[in-house]
Amino acid sequence: MVGIRTHDLLKVYNSAPPFGAGGGSPSAQRGKQKKQPKPEIDALDGLSLEVAAGEVFGLLGPNGAGKSTTVGILTTRVQPTGGQAWIGEHDVWKQQVPVKRVIGVVAQRPNLDFSLTAREILVFHGAYFGLDSHERTKRADALLERFKLTDRADQMVRGFSGGMMQRLSIARAMMHDPQVLFLDEPSAGLDPQTRLLLWEIIREYNHSGKTILLTTHNMEEADALSHRLAIIDHGRMIALGSPGELKASVPGGYLLRLRFGTNSPELLEKLRSLAGVREVRPVEPNGADVYADRGGSLIPEVATLAASSGVELHDVHISEPSLENLFLHHTGRSLRE
Amino acid sequence: MNARAFFAMLARDAHVARRNAMVLLFQTFLQPLLFVFIFGKVMVRSGYMPASYKSLLLPGIMAISMVFTGIWAVAMPLISEFQFTREIEDRLLAPIEIGWVAMEKVLAGTIQALLSGLVVIPAAWLILRPVPLDFSRPLLFLAVTVLVALFAAAGGLALGCTVNQTHIGLMFSLVLTPMIFFGCTYYPWSALDSFPILQKLVLINPLVYASEGLRATLVPQFPHLSLVAVLIVLTLFDTLMLVLGLRQFRGKAVS
Repeated sequence: MVGIRTHDLLKVYNSAPPFGAGGGSPSAQRGKQKKQPKPEIDALDGLSLEVAAGEVFGLLGPNGAGKSTTVGILTTRVQPTGGQAWIGEHDVWKQQVPVKRVIGVVAQRPNLDFSLTAREILVFHGAYFGLDSHERTKRADALLERFKLTDRADQMVRGFSGGMMQRLSIARAMMHDPQVLFLDEPSAGLDPQTRLLLWEIIREYNHSGKTILLTTHNMEEADALSHRLAIIDHGRMIALGSPGELKASVPGGYLLRLRFGTNSPELLEKLRSLAGVREVRPVEPNGADVYADRGGSLIPEVATLAASSGVELHDVHISEPSLENLFLHHTGRSLRE
Repeated sequence: MNARAFFAMLARDAHVARRNAMVLLFQTFLQPLLFVFIFGKVMVRSGYMPASYKSLLLPGIMAISMVFTGIWAVAMPLISEFQFTREIEDRLLAPIEIGWVAMEKVLAGTIQALLSGLVVIPAAWLILRPVPLDFSRPLLFLAVTVLVALFAAAGGLALGCTVNQTHIGLMFSLVLTPMIFFGCTYYPWSALDSFPILQKLVLINPLVYASEGLRATLVPQFPHLSLVAVLIVLTLFDTLMLVLGLRQFRGKAVS
């Protein structure tokens, strides 16, 4: 059983970050940029994580939050600018080969060997990891079956659909039975049926004692799979806990996003006094985010208050307790923005 | 180094090369053999070239084939695997130091370059026969051939990890074409005696040493550069390309 640890990870890209690790936030040193022709991008800003052996750990955040960079560092593909990362007892940067032996990686973008057939991809991958020929064939057949790829096993992967490539990528990552599996946005672009198959396979793999780190910006997926989650934004962790704990940490749990015709501070003050309302945050230009422990039943009262203040209610959006609300509560932004 | 992973990667490359054998064959041999046919056969038989030109031409053609094959075999897959398909990632994540992933590419390219050089000889001989070749110093011949093949593959590594996908065409017109024409492939270095400046300038071109070295071992009756100088300079070029290539490879492999 192997866990994952990072301490104060920093990453500043001074060239374009690799695919999947886009975004990040431009460095604070904007004033100096004229002297520095290469723009610096802060992708990670002191990220410390601890993932227990045998845990499914989710990294949740919007695009450019630093998820892929974290995975890149933990899988030897990105050199950290500062801080340290360990897989089990091995320092990832200094002991790359022993680290690579125990990890399996599914990149965000398919990186299958286009010169080979599906079966050959698995078999050669097994060979890189020193499996003997009998074992390679046995495992490849089992994985092809599990991922429903047996009927395409002897075709070149060039003609595969995105979903099939993704399935094969995951099968390949499992081929050498790694103790730690990294999945970077595993279900992006998958149809719902395949997504469920994938979730089932991930849970099953975890039950055999393996540690899994997955990144996603899909709340539902993070919620369904992770034992614990870290929500990250701008390369920093903004919340950590089990999905249940995190959802419970949002004041009230429900979020009502209100849009008014005009800006009225008095109205917001009145909203604060409604029963069940925990927090009211003004949103530019004429809106408010209301955190409350009830949802729909507040609407008539909100509408009455608005009318009595002479303010027109333009739009109401109610969300039930969710990780999305949590992200919004911490950052003031939606995960999809 | 993890030998099992290394040889598994080599086996992968051999497997892919076998699958693409026909394409590789045409890519490698069509142009040089056409050249041999036109210059060695047509021009000689029609009297525009002396018969002795055939012997002079063959080592040059062999050098071109080897250098092209080696560069092509390493550079082209690397350019697309790093930038487009990203398929190299699977090998970068194999339990082996990433420097050895690059070395495997170089070894595979060297083998391909050697094979192409060794195939050109009988193929050209069939077209040109009779063409007198001297195999009395097999070890020296082998040494030159291996150094040329290694140069090609290591050069392919350096180019493949430096050239951007959009600049492949430029790489051919700006680097490889001048290299061939100023590489003493179709003429011996001594033919440049009446162009003294050019004669000095072309000495920076590694292909000069490849063609002259092969000429020195296969057709020593023609004037050629000193074999010792050729061996030393080729060794230097090999080392330089390998060091440069490995550095570039690391830069590409890790961000």
